[in-house]
Amino acid sequence: MTPTVYVPRDSAALALGADRVARAIADEAVARGLDVHLVRNGSRGLFWLEPMVEVGTPEGRVAYGPVTPRDVKSLFDAGFLDGGRHALGQGLTEQIPYLKNQERLTFARMGITDPLSIADYEAHEGFAGLRQALAMQPAEIVQQVLDAGLRGRGGAAFPAGIKWKTVLGMNAAQKYVVCNADEGDSGTFSDRMAMEGDPFMLIEGMTIAGLATGATQGYVYVRSEYPHAIAVLNEAIALAEAAGYLGADVLGSGRRFMLEVRKAAGSYVCGEETALLESLEGKRGMVRAKPPVPAVAGLFGQPTVVNNVITLATVPLILARGAAFYKNYGMGRSLGTLPFQLAGNIRHGGLVEKAFGVTLRELLHDFGGGSASGRPLKAVQVGGPLGTYLPESQWDIPLDYEAYAAVGAVVGHGGLVAHDDRADMARLARYAMEFCVVESCGKCTPCRIGSTRGVEVIDRITAGAGREQQVELLRDLCDTMVHGSLCAMGGMTPYPVLSALNHFPQDFGLPATTPQPA
Amino acid sequence: MPMNKVPTPAAAGHDLEVVRAVLERRAGLPGALLPILHDVQDALGHVPRAAVPEIADALGLSRAEVHGVVSYYHHFRDAPAGRTVVQVCCAESCQAMGSDVLLAHVKQRLGCDLHGTSADGAFTLEPVYCLGLCACSPAVMVGGEPHARVTPQGFDELVANGRPA
Repeated sequence: MTPTVYVPRDSAALALGADRVARAIADEAVARGLDVHLVRNGSRGLFWLEPMVEVGTPEGRVAYGPVTPRDVKSLFDAGFLDGGRHALGQGLTEQIPYLKNQERLTFARMGITDPLSIADYEAHEGFAGLRQALAMQPAEIVQQVLDAGLRGRGGAAFPAGIKWKTVLGMNAAQKYVVCNADEGDSGTFSDRMAMEGDPFMLIEGMTIAGLATGATQGYVYVRSEYPHAIAVLNEAIALAEAAGYLGADVLGSGRRFMLEVRKAAGSYVCGEETALLESLEGKRGMVRAKPPVPAVAGLFGQPTVVNNVITLATVPLILARGAAFYKNYGMGRSLGTLPFQLAGNIRHGGLVEKAFGVTLRELLHDFGGGSASGRPLKAVQVGGPLGTYLPESQWDIPLDYEAYAAVGAVVGHGGLVAHDDRADMARLARYAMEFCVVESCGKCTPCRIGSTRGVEVIDRITAGAGREQQVELLRDLCDTMVHGSLCAMGGMTPYPVLSALNHFPQDFGLPATTPQPA
Repeated sequence: MPMNKVPTPAAAGHDLEVVRAVLERRAGLPGALLPILHDVQDALGHVPRAAVPEIADALGLSRAEVHGVVSYYHHFRDAPAGRTVVQVCCAESCQAMGSDVLLAHVKQRLGCDLHGTSADGAFTLEPVYCLGLCACSPAVMVGGEPHARVTPQGFDELVANGRPA
């Protein structure tokens, strides 16, 4: 039997030389007169092992990594096509603790299938949710999503089913489903992995959203920084259309759903849903005042479902297995799982899908293996550039939307950026304000002007001029930004700033004993 | 490549032909402006100022509206860049893994600052805020291709001989 070798086509694997590794394996096989079936799979999300090469054996897939083209000869010499022992050998992939100890629901197929093989997708529960949905009334589909407790995975955690219900209840000639794939938060890559590694899952989720709400046109708004995701999605959409899963007559049901990828243009604030809609309409990405919410008047003024990639990608599973199955995971009102992303200064960076309730300490140490530098970890920013910096004293709080909100933090899109003890928190606070200067859409004053004043005030604090007074000013300014900004850009930039100041006052030249207001 | 170079009439004529072909293809799309600007920039390397009135006419917009969109988005440029665009990620995850040291090296190696172009016109340097490669920081994009865990030495190899490897 021809051995199957898997070399990921995920951007991160490509960025670490996966194409060169794949070529070296193909060339070496030819040179040795061996027949090898090469599959370009998605990534398993064990990024410290990328490029991670896998080989199918009777016992299961065996992993090797990180592989460089220089290792390929010795892999062949070691008999890796039969799972032979090698210095880079990681054993059976499924037994690697990092993977084994996860609860992969949304990411169940990730790295296992060929992202562009419909046959692979179908063989792994693909389109089972869509088939269920086609046999249901729209209101029943919406009820499943409501019952599952699925909340928006983009960061705001708003119940997806409520958005869907609102759109379903609207009378309009045209409704839309828009996927927010403008994953701009540093430390996040789960949307990218989903689009590159399992694109049919997103297509299926959006189609179900269309069936549930009466929307017949979908758009995926993808960052221009993700060229590979855009290419894979476009290919997958063409394949799904050809196979009858998309188009004027979805699987012969007489129901229509069309899907199109739209490329963003490098504006962070377009990850905010109303700015995204403006951008899709061909305008500057300026935030809209709400109400009306997009579910009432969204794209081109029509009722529109706007959901994040992971939210939509989780829907097929909910329909296939039922709401009860999904909500069995998680805690409190945070039901199901979240694909956490371990990033920054972390030894074992990657994707860890776990039920809500896991702690930062477990993610950082049990999965992440501590810092990449070997130095003590100092602070972790959770939830992107607008997320709070958490010091070690907060690493045992369960990752749950409400528990995090109680300490003024956000789970957001599940990105964790770890910093070791060399991090200068005053500098990171300044960066947060600076980022807001660069990315503010400019519509509201607290964000547009507040961020510029914020950079100046932090500079005066670190320079030591009238420090106590300037700290007072910074707190006052942050208060104005939090309460006076139109959207999360200005409204949450104070989160990283104030958490850095409150937990690490010494980095700002203040005494370490400064009281820490909640 | 000097940024203020005046295009020759022949080159300008070619640019407008490209713009008109894009408009022919795309003007009917709902929300067509971004797809049009992307196609124009992909074909010409930038969105020439002379394209703005053409696009405005085709979409029934004012020139100010089109100019406003071109200037709003970081991705669009109204003047040609160097032959290869180098984007260094400056976001938190890459900062945690030494992107400031890498960026300082890149500036020195290319001989230009952020948003600048190297003297030989080979490279334009831009910051980028996240390439989604955060588990393998620091990351850069060279000529549209992502690279991760980039060291200063690794960067030099990427841009050896004035072109991406």
